[in-house]
Amino acid sequence: MKNRLAVALLALAATSVAGCGGSDSGSKATGKTETGTLNVLAASSLTESFTELKKQFESDHPGVTVKLAFDSSATLAEQVDQGAPADVLATADAATMQTVVDAGNASTPTDFATNKLAMVVPADNPAHLSSFADLGKPGVAYVACVPTAPCGKLARTQLDAHHVTAKPKSEEVDVKAVLAKVEAGEADAGLVYVTDAVAAGTKVTSIDVPASGDTLNVYPIAVLKNAVKPTLAQEWVDLVLSSQGRQVLTTAGFGTP
Amino acid sequence: MTPRRDGPALGRAPLALLVPAALAVLFLLLPLVALLARTPWGRLGDELTSRPVLDALRLTVETSLASTLVVLVVGIPLAWLLARVEFPGRSLARALVIVPLVLPPVVGGVALLSAFGRVGLLGPALRSAGITLPFTTAGVVVAHAFVSLPFFVLAVEGALRASDEEYDVVAASLGASRLTVFLRVTLPLAWPGVLAGLVLAWARSLGEFGATITFAGNYQGTTRTMPSAIYTALQSDQDAAIVLAVILLLFCVAVLALLRERWFDQAMAGTVRG
Repeated sequence: MKNRLAVALLALAATSVAGCGGSDSGSKATGKTETGTLNVLAASSLTESFTELKKQFESDHPGVTVKLAFDSSATLAEQVDQGAPADVLATADAATMQTVVDAGNASTPTDFATNKLAMVVPADNPAHLSSFADLGKPGVAYVACVPTAPCGKLARTQLDAHHVTAKPKSEEVDVKAVLAKVEAGEADAGLVYVTDAVAAGTKVTSIDVPASGDTLNVYPIAVLKNAVKPTLAQEWVDLVLSSQGRQVLTTAGFGTP
Repeated sequence: MTPRRDGPALGRAPLALLVPAALAVLFLLLPLVALLARTPWGRLGDELTSRPVLDALRLTVETSLASTLVVLVVGIPLAWLLARVEFPGRSLARALVIVPLVLPPVVGGVALLSAFGRVGLLGPALRSAGITLPFTTAGVVVAHAFVSLPFFVLAVEGALRASDEEYDVVAASLGASRLTVFLRVTLPLAWPGVLAGLVLAWARSLGEFGATITFAGNYQGTTRTMPSAIYTALQSDQDAAIVLAVILLLFCVAVLALLRERWFDQAMAGTVRG
């Protein structure tokens, strides 16, 4: 009942989900094997690794389709709290997951990965930056996430810790938008996650961010209270936590919590 | 004002028209009422006096006015060209004017980056001229002008085509140059269409954020307009987003109500008349 806007968005999301997952009817926890569609909501930084895990999960579970929805953690949490039909939620920080737990829509989330801040520059490094502190040099145009987003919070902490007082040229709503600005060569540098730097490959060059204070974001995952496929949902969480899942996450640049 | 009464000759307004019209009104009204019902009004005062919101509001007013001016200056000649001059590729040019209208704004932003961005087509040339658009307020104006130009050109071209070219011909036959004809005859006749186009372009510019956020960025005081601020707030504090949306809404309604008194009725009457 928080607001109409979110409800309207949700209604939209709900209809599209319903349209695709029509084969769900009444298999609710009757047998030990569930089939149909498993709806997984995940922070956008998980795009590459969860897409990889989806392939494994589907080949292990014939008759099951994993539907992945990636968005900012806050948006996903809001969707869950408004009753979006989802089975699993994975967020990019503990605080956002906590809002879902507090609303009674999930219990006992498990931390499954960590992510670090990375500084990326376009492949040709137009501003000739060589260290994190170079962000403070006059004329350097760098972009970061808005401070209200997990990646922005992390960026702010590190900038403060390194006494960089120069302001970003733009505060993007999510980390992929920051990366896009750097890839396009519009910004001299961007503050993203290590995983985004890995995913961008050779289009950007990473510059080490010296660890200082609170450098990690912890990613929790949870089966949602209103999951339509609770068994499958738990199996998805198990896969993410398994050594197989760990390997995929490590390849993507994630750390172990 | 053009009062048109349902005189006895015309009869009563038929239900077949009244019912869908009433539905249309409901359709437009209901979401607004719902939004207002959900608004945490207690926060309105706080937000209205907060620095970020005032910055966003000021930026929105400035950039939307600037882009409307840009649109006016280049849009009138273009609309005239499309309406009055036969030239090869005219239908292609007409189609081109529609493109920003159907393009998702975010794609428009990417296109603008490809053209005017730092590494875009004209980027190096602009840079050597000392002009940077991304991450600047000027960039916001460019993005706004790009998305609102079609609204203006379509409205003016429509008005020009509806107004009689005979007047132009008469003026020309009396010895007026083509520019004089345009300034003294064509333009005054199309004025209501120009006003309607201005209001449409300005309104589009007020609500624009997709192309802006992609092309110009999102930073308080330089590029974060009200719609961008709303989108940003939506990610963390939904109530704040709604309050901001209501502030923008009230502002637009107030301005439109004022304009309607002076301009809009006139303008609309003009376009209908054709």
